[in-house]
Amino acid sequence: MTDTRSETTSIADRIRPLSVGAAVIAVHFLNDDPVFVLGEEALVFGRDTEERRVVVHGGAILGSASDGKRILTGGDDGKVAATGPDGRSETVASDAKRRWIDRVALSPDGMAWSSGKQVYVRTPKSERVLDLPSSPGGLAFAPKGFRLAIAHYNGATLWFPNAPDARPEKLEWKGSHLDVAFSPDGRFLVTAMQEPTLHGWRLVDGKHMRMSGYATKVRSMTWGPGAKWLATSGATQLVVWPFQGKDGPMGKSPKVVSPSEHRISAVAAHPKQEVCAIGYEDGMMLLTRVEDGAEILARAPGPSPISALAWNAAGTRLVFGTEDGEAGVITL
Amino acid sequence: MTDKIPVTVLTGYLGAGKTTLLNRILSEPHGQKYAVIVNEFGEIGIDNELVVGADEEVFEMNNGCICCTVRGDLIRIIDGLMRRKGKFDAIIVETTGLADPAPVAQTFFVDENVGKRAKLDAVVTVADAKWLKDRLRDAPEAKNQIAFADVILINKTDLVSEADLREVEARIRGINPYAKVHRTERCAIPLSEVLGRNAFDLDRILDIEPAFLEHEDGHDDHGHHHDHAHGHDHHHDHDHGGLKHYHDEDMQSFSLKTDKPLDPDKFFPWIQNLVAQEGQKILRCKGILSFKDDPERFVFQGVHMILDGDHQRPWKDGEERASRAVFIGREMPEEMIRKGFSECVA
Repeated sequence: MTDTRSETTSIADRIRPLSVGAAVIAVHFLNDDPVFVLGEEALVFGRDTEERRVVVHGGAILGSASDGKRILTGGDDGKVAATGPDGRSETVASDAKRRWIDRVALSPDGMAWSSGKQVYVRTPKSERVLDLPSSPGGLAFAPKGFRLAIAHYNGATLWFPNAPDARPEKLEWKGSHLDVAFSPDGRFLVTAMQEPTLHGWRLVDGKHMRMSGYATKVRSMTWGPGAKWLATSGATQLVVWPFQGKDGPMGKSPKVVSPSEHRISAVAAHPKQEVCAIGYEDGMMLLTRVEDGAEILARAPGPSPISALAWNAAGTRLVFGTEDGEAGVITL
Repeated sequence: MTDKIPVTVLTGYLGAGKTTLLNRILSEPHGQKYAVIVNEFGEIGIDNELVVGADEEVFEMNNGCICCTVRGDLIRIIDGLMRRKGKFDAIIVETTGLADPAPVAQTFFVDENVGKRAKLDAVVTVADAKWLKDRLRDAPEAKNQIAFADVILINKTDLVSEADLREVEARIRGINPYAKVHRTERCAIPLSEVLGRNAFDLDRILDIEPAFLEHEDGHDDHGHHHDHAHGHDHHHDHDHGGLKHYHDEDMQSFSLKTDKPLDPDKFFPWIQNLVAQEGQKILRCKGILSFKDDPERFVFQGVHMILDGDHQRPWKDGEERASRAVFIGREMPEEMIRKGFSECVA
């Protein structure tokens, strides 16, 4: 195995590099334009002709989420900011004690953020708060219905914010849960843990799924088209868990493709095809067909780990950012 | 790696003076910028955008071992702080008066992301000159904080007599003879004595042999009385030319030394097995090692069952190539550890 992948077909020459100037923690698309979320202060809009920097926080940006129409960010300045495609940003909430806003989530029906051990959900009509036993590690809205999943110590909580009398449902599993994602078909909930493992629940009956074998904690997860699989970072190869059957990955082994000497740091499934974009800690990027592991080199190794990857909705453009602030767009 | 951010952990029982020390650190003109992780927002009277509130959220790692508890909030906060790398020179973590320092220290070894970016510089414990003796009797947390410390400030010295101070010092030495101890009033101390200590570089344990340890072998029994006045906490009190000397019945410490180079293939399995078996009893261990045919010093440290170690630097010309380790804990099988260590020579 060689990480130069000299024999592999390459599209690395199609990268249009962008200058964003600081560590990239996430990439989203607004109106089909890539927007880079930096670790500090700003978003960078990467239109075709120029980069435009929009300051949204007075400090570190701790979390971001997007619904394609706006980007919600939380900062160590205690503020939640919403930024639209035109680059106009507004502060939508400020923590009274100026506590950090750790996590954010966005749905067409409302927005959520966490600070300390509280989760706030705001809809056009109301704002509600839920107290938790420990600080949330991750927030995610369900694909359908206005329901929020919150990862925390010893499991996850499912909350219908619009049904204030309904008790939040608890899914228990010992340990610290740091990230959470619904499967796009809404059948499964998966958390990434402090230990190098994922935990999952089948929501209809709460049945557990343990997905382990990683080298390090999983910080990037992506669902393949039709929610058929979940691909993850955290190992030196792409680990792809099958979610097609009614039992999900229970009792099944993951498929592993695209091995490297370096760990995978970011993943993004193509929205339509069975292809996953993979970013490695050595800065390399591959496009890998999940079915047979066929690879295209998207970026040769560079100085720093790939920290963010995203496709546009049509799957015609891939954008990436690195920990050192390199960034680029590849048009397919 | 040299660009890791040093982290100072500040402990001390309620009311000992941690906040006073923090305010001093934040207000004195030292040209350094600190990010401070506090447990109680608002106690610090200084406006600093890099003061972060923590929740002291401890959890057990999935193996279920109570020794492997970690501060999850610290992992999250340090991850967030690192987005502002370059804006500060060091991190200070204040713990609550009742906190066990172990989960804080373990966090820096257990979490890969934290360990890659930050390193534990020193555990600094502020002790109340007047009340420490009582707390050592009734608060196990207070004793842990002393046992864990690399640097100890005996604070509020103006409130007690010289004789009382010597008594407190002796009690501290009985628990932790390897920490550097300072006497302070209102935590007045040059900050270089507290911050940037690199105490985990461990040179102290090679250079400074606590004076009274030298009495260890030759002491006779006169002037040695058992003091049962403190209930279960039973002290031996020795008097050597005015230097009071306690053995804490609950907490012990000892050091190991050999001039013969060690065999890494013997040492690592031995120490890993030791902490796996006896880690509950070992609060802290640390050492500098000379391995056979290895031009570099190896340093290690451990908290309960978690070990961390690395090559530190080449041995200098003329430097004594000895291996030395210290252990602080409760009911440790000292003879077994001594024997095991001696069998690691190459």
